[in-house]
Amino acid sequence: MITQLKNGRIYDPKHGKDGVIQDIYIRNGRIINKPGANEKISQTYDLTGKVVMAGAIDMHSHIGGGKVNIARMLLPEFQERKSYTEPEAHICTPGCTHNATPSTTEAGFRYIEMGYTAAFEPAMLPVNARQAHLEMGDTPMIDKGGYAMLGSDDYFLRMLAAKKDQKAINDYVAWTMNASQAIGIKVVNPGGISAFKFNQRKLDLDENHSYYHITPREILKSLSRAVYDLGIAKPLHVHCNNLGAAGNFETTLNTMGASEGLPMHLTHIQFHSYGTEGDKKFSSAAAQISEALNKNKHITADVGQILFGQTVTASGDSMVQYLNSKHGNPKKSVIMDIECDAGCGVVPFKYKDQNYVNALQWAIGLEIFLSAEDPWRIFLTTDHPNGAPFTSYPHLIRLLMDKSFRNETFAKLNLDAQGMSNLASLDREYSLYEIAIMTRAGAAKLIGLHDRGHLGVGGGADITVYTDQPDREAMFTKPDYVFKDGELVVKDGKVIKVTWGATHTAKPAFDIGVEKGLKDYFDKYHTIQLENFKISEDEISNDGRGSVIVHENKQASH
Amino acid sequence: MFNSCLKSQTLWQNDNQMKISDDKNQSIAFSCPACGLLCDDVALSSTSPISIKNGCAKSITFFEQAYSTNHENAGLPSISGKATDLNTAIKAAAEILRASKQPLFAGIGTEITGMRTIIRLAEKTGATLDHMHSEGAVRNTLALQNGGWQNTTLTEVKNRATLILAIGTDIVSSHPRFFEKLVWNTNSMFDKTSPEVIYLGVPTENTKAGISPEGKQPMVIPADTAKLPEIINALHALMNNKNPLNKKSASDFVGGVAISSLQIILEKLKAAPYAVVVWAAGNFKYAHAELTIQSITQLIAKFNETSRIAGLPLNAGDGDMSVNNTSTWLSGYPTRNRFTHGKAEYDAYHFSSTQQLNSCDALLWISTFNAHLPPSSDMPTIVIGHPNMQFDRVPDVFIPVGIPGIDHVGSMARMDNVVSLPLKKVRPSALLSLSQVIEQVIEQINDSPT
Repeated sequence: MITQLKNGRIYDPKHGKDGVIQDIYIRNGRIINKPGANEKISQTYDLTGKVVMAGAIDMHSHIGGGKVNIARMLLPEFQERKSYTEPEAHICTPGCTHNATPSTTEAGFRYIEMGYTAAFEPAMLPVNARQAHLEMGDTPMIDKGGYAMLGSDDYFLRMLAAKKDQKAINDYVAWTMNASQAIGIKVVNPGGISAFKFNQRKLDLDENHSYYHITPREILKSLSRAVYDLGIAKPLHVHCNNLGAAGNFETTLNTMGASEGLPMHLTHIQFHSYGTEGDKKFSSAAAQISEALNKNKHITADVGQILFGQTVTASGDSMVQYLNSKHGNPKKSVIMDIECDAGCGVVPFKYKDQNYVNALQWAIGLEIFLSAEDPWRIFLTTDHPNGAPFTSYPHLIRLLMDKSFRNETFAKLNLDAQGMSNLASLDREYSLYEIAIMTRAGAAKLIGLHDRGHLGVGGGADITVYTDQPDREAMFTKPDYVFKDGELVVKDGKVIKVTWGATHTAKPAFDIGVEKGLKDYFDKYHTIQLENFKISEDEISNDGRGSVIVHENKQASH
Repeated sequence: MFNSCLKSQTLWQNDNQMKISDDKNQSIAFSCPACGLLCDDVALSSTSPISIKNGCAKSITFFEQAYSTNHENAGLPSISGKATDLNTAIKAAAEILRASKQPLFAGIGTEITGMRTIIRLAEKTGATLDHMHSEGAVRNTLALQNGGWQNTTLTEVKNRATLILAIGTDIVSSHPRFFEKLVWNTNSMFDKTSPEVIYLGVPTENTKAGISPEGKQPMVIPADTAKLPEIINALHALMNNKNPLNKKSASDFVGGVAISSLQIILEKLKAAPYAVVVWAAGNFKYAHAELTIQSITQLIAKFNETSRIAGLPLNAGDGDMSVNNTSTWLSGYPTRNRFTHGKAEYDAYHFSSTQQLNSCDALLWISTFNAHLPPSSDMPTIVIGHPNMQFDRVPDVFIPVGIPGIDHVGSMARMDNVVSLPLKKVRPSALLSLSQVIEQVIEQINDSPT
């Protein structure tokens, strides 16, 4: 059966197509060449005047795993927050549910209704990965995947402290990716989560962990090298030290050098771009960060924009979240030490437009977006739910594409914050093509999803069709059509067919000998067997809905 | 045969006491669902005589139950006590649920796969969900939702804990291998010494597990559990130098405990590099016990300002953690929740079985790990569960199903809410799993004329 999407205006940055009028043909879930004259076209959608993009990909969104579920458990009151009527409502529309802790079902539905066809859980603790995959397996409509968290796990830290060679580290990293069914590696507050368990309250890039006597810089160097050597497409995903602290921009700038030129992705960089200027000793360092981002071609970043309203922050960074817990709103939080492997911290937050710090955080995020010269190296995220629920993406897109809307909003914020930001002087407006890069082509390239994020022949037919509207928020809130693997699943912004999506993974090769040391270690120190630490593909596909897609690695460099 | 073999041996069977993994007797390693520790170093021999390696009192009882079929018609569905075929029983169950306006799904002794289908059936039938051990679990949930907590997990306890403070629980009644596996372990990642153990509000005769292998005695402070609210609050008060309690003589008593003992607890908690406070919410059997738990979590938070300490709530069992977790990600709420027109609602008080038994019009009781019986009621009752159930009061429909981790595979969440493990099928079984039966009930309801 062949489906034809006729006369659409195509935005497909991977193939350089910027608003080209072109037909797309789909068969068996794939985009195909124009069929021959004797081949029957079963269905045709006339997309004259419509904007056509690949399905969007959220490369960083906390959609599955223990801390998200803890957040749901902690905050039953969020489930009832279906409409938003509080003073900050002037910057949001009814399309935004503001449910920061949606159930798995709701998460899948809200994503697909916005034209997103994949989302990646960025902080999958290997020891909690089974639950993360169970939750993602219960997330309908979209594809998913996870980045396995390393860097505060005892096994890695003791290897590094013992100066094990890079090959041994690489084997362990590759083994972890296989065992946890991950597609990337993340490090959160390198070494800091572990240090907190030893009662260290702060860890700078070049400061020693009190027990292992190694620094975050060494951790970053080793892990970024491992990811590179193994040919994993997704660069090491880095949540820097000192998240949220005034003056942390220097840590962030220095972190860019820690991989010594190898690729690294700095996540939710907005939270790491703070200076100490001004009366309140909290200022924007977006200019310094943007300059460094533009200069350092080996670095990519997603923004982690904050938007005003009630949300919850869920992070693996127990060290920093412990400090943040005193700012919790409502005042409750969960901090956990986890399995000598990781940690987590869940703290509800309410970002207020009349609060100096919050208003400036909002401006800093936008300053970074607007100062990024290369849209292929910057990504649109709110670090869902930490900066705002992902349902606010259409609003964020409007802020980027519509200068007058942005400036009107800015003019309503805390006045002191306005005085500390150069946002109003930034004239840039993102184009549809650049939005398509940030949310589609760039994200697919970054993660290594070769058949997603574009509309070329052979690509998976994840396609979103919008009506071109001057109000970009309205446009991106409610696509006319969303196709998932070639099937029409959303019409006029509503789900018409329930599908389940696949789990994307990468399986770098490793020396099986790594399991010998690991088995001894598990038998001695852990509370589960090594065999049970590993998640089989069957566990993801056994329910008859899920499936695992394994992506090829880049040519290994050694 | 299995039974007699198990019973003829001592309950504690450790590696050095029995060897079942020799060449002639292959063993099957599996995760034991009998308690929240979810031990996966347990192995069952597959050839006669059948025995368990690393079994504990609870796991042996669990396996004895699972392997005993000592009454007629075990494994057969029944309608009003009369044996029938599975299809007829499923139709009868579907008919009861279809006719019901407000069914209660109680017990819910199942694992994650089972809970996934239970939620689907609940959405379809507008059911209220409550687990059999929710009295305790809800106390923890309420404390969590009111103030949060700072907790830890089993591998942290094993490798990091230097002090265990058990409040109102001996731990081993519900989690028999806790001390063996997590406290008296000789290997630890950071070369720590064995933890000091303090029992508060536990009778001395129940504290033997806290004696170290070298014979070091635990500190035991017996107290009436009903006095724990007062005692925990006194601990808070003593941390504040300005509190008048500090002016009292150390030989005075609060809640039956000497102030000097409470001061020792505080000193030890403060000095410990990593203290772990353990409680079992189910043991706090008095009104508003969630406030005691909150008081404990606040004590932990206070110490964490300068040193490191963490909480570890014990679960009760029968899949409570799995059920709560799965319910939360699928419906947005932990249990004591309800579906109305497909939308989830949550009320930790009104949606209890006790309350709902007064207002619901049908009961579905589920207990797959153990042969726990439903509460007595006059309403139409369906029981799906352990094949070994023997009823005082015969339900309208009974459908025996396989035992998770014995008769079929599954996934289960451990007590610490972080680790989940696969459950194995360890014997051939003709019984369907709970989820297979529920799928058929859903299909039947879909097919029924409305």
